[in-house]
Amino acid sequence: MDFSLGDDRRMMADSLSRYFADTLGWEARQAAAESEAGFSRDMWAGLAELGVLGLLFGEEAGGYGGSAFDAGAVFAEVGKALATGPFLGTLLGGNILEAAGEADLLGEVIAGSKILTFADDPAMDSNGVVTDPVKAVKEGEAWRLSGAKGVVDYLGSADLIVVTAEADAGWASFLVEADAEGVERRAYPLVDGGAAGELTLEGASARLLVSGEDAISKARALGLVATVWEAVAVMEVLRDATIEYLGTRKQFGVPIGAFQALKHRMTSVALEIEQARSAAINAAAYFAKDPATRDRYGSAAKYTAGKVGALTAEEAIQMHGGIGMSWEMPLSHFAKRLVMLDHVLGDEDAHMARYLKLASAA
Amino acid sequence: MDLDFTEKDEAFREEVREFLNEKLPKRLSDKVRQGQRLTKADMEEWHAILNERGWLAPHWPVEWGGTDWSVVQRFIFETETAMAHAPRVVPFGVSMLGPVLIKFGTEEQKKHWLPRILDGSDWWCQGYSEPGAGSDLASLKTSAVREGDHYVINGQKTWTTLAQCANKIFCLVRTSKEGKKQEGISFLLVDMDTPGVEVRPIKLLDGDHEVNEVWFSDVKVPVENLVGEENKGWTCAKYLLSYERTNIAGVGASMAAFERLKEVARTTRRNGSALIEDSLFAARMAEVEIDLENMRTTNLRVLDSVGRGQTPMAESSMLKIRGTEIRQKITALMRRAAGRYAQPFLDEALEGGFNGEPVGPGWAAPVASQYFNNRKLSIFGGSNEVQREIIGKSMMGL
Repeated sequence: MDFSLGDDRRMMADSLSRYFADTLGWEARQAAAESEAGFSRDMWAGLAELGVLGLLFGEEAGGYGGSAFDAGAVFAEVGKALATGPFLGTLLGGNILEAAGEADLLGEVIAGSKILTFADDPAMDSNGVVTDPVKAVKEGEAWRLSGAKGVVDYLGSADLIVVTAEADAGWASFLVEADAEGVERRAYPLVDGGAAGELTLEGASARLLVSGEDAISKARALGLVATVWEAVAVMEVLRDATIEYLGTRKQFGVPIGAFQALKHRMTSVALEIEQARSAAINAAAYFAKDPATRDRYGSAAKYTAGKVGALTAEEAIQMHGGIGMSWEMPLSHFAKRLVMLDHVLGDEDAHMARYLKLASAA
Repeated sequence: MDLDFTEKDEAFREEVREFLNEKLPKRLSDKVRQGQRLTKADMEEWHAILNERGWLAPHWPVEWGGTDWSVVQRFIFETETAMAHAPRVVPFGVSMLGPVLIKFGTEEQKKHWLPRILDGSDWWCQGYSEPGAGSDLASLKTSAVREGDHYVINGQKTWTTLAQCANKIFCLVRTSKEGKKQEGISFLLVDMDTPGVEVRPIKLLDGDHEVNEVWFSDVKVPVENLVGEENKGWTCAKYLLSYERTNIAGVGASMAAFERLKEVARTTRRNGSALIEDSLFAARMAEVEIDLENMRTTNLRVLDSVGRGQTPMAESSMLKIRGTEIRQKITALMRRAAGRYAQPFLDEALEGGFNGEPVGPGWAAPVASQYFNNRKLSIFGGSNEVQREIIGKSMMGL
């Protein structure tokens, strides 16, 4: 057994941590998160130069990592710095490009010269109903996609979009150029900073990447590992800030952490976060196993992260009192990110439901 | 036992409904229902409508412009107005200062200030919390020193809700450092236009400007603006914090929010079926609904005992704790119901009259902001931790 990240991975995580500390101080983070693009292009270029994006992919695809633990290590740093940017789109879309053997294209993504995103969730109409799922139709040798995808990460900045779509023969993933004809993008900011957009395709020309749902499922599963590692890192920031506050904020002449009611609640939060960390490790460790095992641990982790995330965010704010709700405090932004991560790739309930299905089949 | 309202109460409910039907502008109820921002003018408009009918301050004595409603009638009124998505009455003048003046004010003070609250001449805000005095309110430091016919105030208040709209602020200030900290506090009325008063906005995590810091530097306040005796302000403060807490559970607001949630869960589809048929989501909804129904009866039981002349202490705190928990749970469920669409932030959709294309479900735009904003419910008005202390002391002697 070995619970260390390993030397190479640790070194990359440390240099990433330093890079964020040096270039993404709080004011810079806020400016980037609130900008129209929702992230800093300079930061992204810097990350590419540092080679961070290569850690997300295997050697054949021009990277030097590609394991679930590699993704986890990167996303933990993203969480710790509360960095905004097309990290998840790069990981998931890139994973499909990797599966399709698109090393050249992926090389451009790793080098930072192309921004990639992953359009998977169907768009909902104003009644909350999916009425226009993306369908793929083959015309001669070419594919055309029509339909709408919702809340696509950093869509406004993307050059390349990996789109999941249903064709007559079943699900497949396709590559769409963001500026192609028939591609309509509506970009907007997110509650927790950063940006996303609604994607509407009307006969947009597309290239088939991978047929079948397996590659899509694998990309989603890797996404679960990444978001859970990110969530745990955010939880730890909130935990540490709240413990610090409990020890320094005085009311009734004593630090408020001296009140057993608060102290014991905080210890429960800390205990739950350790459970969430273990769930994240499980998800990464079982990622390379058979899909059923992989998905069961992925759902277990996402469920845990959702449940513990809400608890951690809510308790961190509550124990800080009013100050925990102020925009000025980084804490409130970490709390927002943590709660919103529950909405990415399926929430607590969705993954409990999936876990129940997988567990009964096992 | 019998949970039915009397015929008289039911007739009263009809009267309230009729009034709301006729007088509540749709423009305002639409905004409230959709979770859009209310402007100062919106709130003033609703105040004026209620005042015209004589229903702005039902809990005041009739001689000062109140009503002779029973506590049950007040509960019905609160519930019906909330269910009709009426704007909330801004509590600072009507529900907080008014009762304090009626109890502790001089005849002149009552004559001068109470009508001004009703007719909207004054918009009050509450100067209680300070950076170092939150849950431990009595440790407040803002000082008022008597100089001839004036007090001179120096210090800082914080979390002052809607101070940006207010022209007046009632303040707890320290007038003595002798003895117990509760015994050197006085209750002062301050004109916000006085030189030396400065309002600085605080932006909250949902991006909204709702609270402020209020700074005082050598602010001169005439001594006739002291309410009650000097150094006895804590009595006013406690009275204000315990007064009119019988509707603090916000049962009406929760019922309205729950109805909205049900509507949303029926129309929104997840994985091909209505969200309300999702067993996990439905279970979460049922849990809240059961708790809310229980809370309604708990609230009525408390009202009944108040009606028989008892003063609730622990019970008010219980209503506050569970009432705010229920409201927070409902907003958390709305956030969940939106799925990924909780995340887009469409600032323009939060303004009234928005008729642009929504992103995803039409109702989803404000749900994340409301969820984050509603974290305040368990923090303000005496945090839920402070309420638990009150229950421990007053009910259990612990």
